[in-house]
Amino acid sequence: MALSTSSNFTKPDDAFRAIVEAHRGLSDEASADLDAALVLVLANHIGDLDVLREAIALAKRRMMDVSQQAQQQQ
Amino acid sequence: MAQSRTQFGYRRHADQDRGEGEAARHAVVVVGAGPVGLSLAIDLAQRGQAVVLLDDADRIGEGSRAICFSKRSLEYWDRLGIGQRMVDKGVVWSVGKIFHGAALLYQFNLLPEQGHKRPAFINLQQFYAEAYLVDRVEELPAIDLRWRNKVVALEVRNDHVVLTVDTPDGPYLLRATYVAACDGARSSLRQMVGAEFSGKVFEDQFLIADVKMTAEFPTERWFWFDPPFHAGRSALLHRQPDDIWRIDLQLHPDADAVVEKRPENVRPRIARMLGHEKFEFEWISLYKFQCRRMEKFIHGRVIFAGDAAHQVSPFGARGANSGLEDAENLSWKLDRVLKGTSPEALLESYHIERSAAADENIRESTRSTDFMAPASRQEARLRKAVLSLAKETEFGKRMINGGRLSVPSVYDSPLSTADADAWRGGPRPGASMPDAPITARDGEPAFLTDAFIKCGKRFTLLEFSNGASVDVSGDVGVISIGGVDGALDPAGLVGARYDAEPGTAYLLRPDGYVVARFRQPTRQTLEAALARACGMN
Repeated sequence: MALSTSSNFTKPDDAFRAIVEAHRGLSDEASADLDAALVLVLANHIGDLDVLREAIALAKRRMMDVSQQAQQQQ
Repeated sequence: MAQSRTQFGYRRHADQDRGEGEAARHAVVVVGAGPVGLSLAIDLAQRGQAVVLLDDADRIGEGSRAICFSKRSLEYWDRLGIGQRMVDKGVVWSVGKIFHGAALLYQFNLLPEQGHKRPAFINLQQFYAEAYLVDRVEELPAIDLRWRNKVVALEVRNDHVVLTVDTPDGPYLLRATYVAACDGARSSLRQMVGAEFSGKVFEDQFLIADVKMTAEFPTERWFWFDPPFHAGRSALLHRQPDDIWRIDLQLHPDADAVVEKRPENVRPRIARMLGHEKFEFEWISLYKFQCRRMEKFIHGRVIFAGDAAHQVSPFGARGANSGLEDAENLSWKLDRVLKGTSPEALLESYHIERSAAADENIRESTRSTDFMAPASRQEARLRKAVLSLAKETEFGKRMINGGRLSVPSVYDSPLSTADADAWRGGPRPGASMPDAPITARDGEPAFLTDAFIKCGKRFTLLEFSNGASVDVSGDVGVISIGGVDGALDPAGLVGARYDAEPGTAYLLRPDGYVVARFRQPTRQTLEAALARACGMN
């Protein structure tokens, strides 16, 4: 099984909203705690190390791109 | 049995009277009389080799040091004739508990099933293990154990090694066809061959205290994250024989070793942990550790084993146990090469198998250590999330890493013959033989590991009878299960643990690892597998 990057929610806005609302009112510190727990829960639900590694690689690649762009703009 | 000695005398040996040009030549010189060197020497001697065993001290080291000896190590010591004595003295355990704060988060059983001769673990002070091994050595005239013999120089020649050995009477020379370097983490032989020994250094310090007390704690391994008596760090409590308890406390990286080690500073910490002051100190030690290994375990005719070749963090009991696995792996191979029944190339499989095992042990113990001492704020946050999720989820409990305890590696080995048949279970080639209860033909209950020892600790065919037995030429023992004259499988556990059908056969190595397995073996397939396992492919 490969990482699915097609849109899997019928209402993607609802999913994004659910995550945003979970963080509402939290300090950065508490938000980071929540994210850490959420990542572990979801990783276990996926239960496939190859998919997890692909997901990490994708997230990390995009994050690098964003920080590089930010540096170039400065 | 009488109290074992721990202090030994230096005795001058005739080898020391020889001139420079006529140094005595020996087949094997083992350097270092710790658990690994002693076991290796016994194993080689039992196989018929004469062994010179050198140690730079004249007594067994102080402190309990390694205390957890695994099922695999006990099965090995059974083959060396010393397993029962270790088990009789040791405390048997299989349950571990993990606490967070004061609350129990998780408990595990390392051997939840019946039908094994040996338990998951015993705890036994290393000095007892060494003393019993020395007693065994003294029963074997083929081992020449020389105390206060310190190797100070090493020169590799074409077909032998020349050692310069310093003694109270001054230095002398020894020649050896092979040298087994079991001289510990600070191995001087490793420096003499110029080998690198680098790896990851952990900054956190750990305090070990052995305390004597009568306590009501069960014989289990208890591990705390952030305990009430030692806020923000981790702690471990473990029972040893003689009412001694091992306590490990993680200290801050910047703690001052000299100050922390003082009994007056250790005492209040332990008193907070135990809730009373009715204990005495046996031993206090402070350590930092590294995870590292030699790139090559074999340097010409010098072969490294145990801590000399690899070091891990102590969480997981992977130090002494993996060293003993080195010894059992090396001895039969070295014996065959010295007897000329296998080519020297067989030794390379020692490096391949045991360096992969060292990598696995380093990986496992590094993960445990990283979990205990998170390296960044985010790592600490992830650990906090695991610990909090563990309260209500099974996956969280399983992710807590307070040490993953030593289990034998499965070798991806050039000596193994890959499966050609279909298997639903059982040990695959490269795995160690699982134990199971049997009933011998005379009605005596026994274990498969006993039968393996009775067969002579050589290549052994474990066959599940279907009436026809396959003849194998060469020096191969046979354990038959079922049939007219085989042992019985009273609980059906041999059959179940080996996924056996009538006709199934496993070929086992002299160290009890599976070489190959067949549903319907033929003489040809067995002999091909045997030749491969002997390094003759």
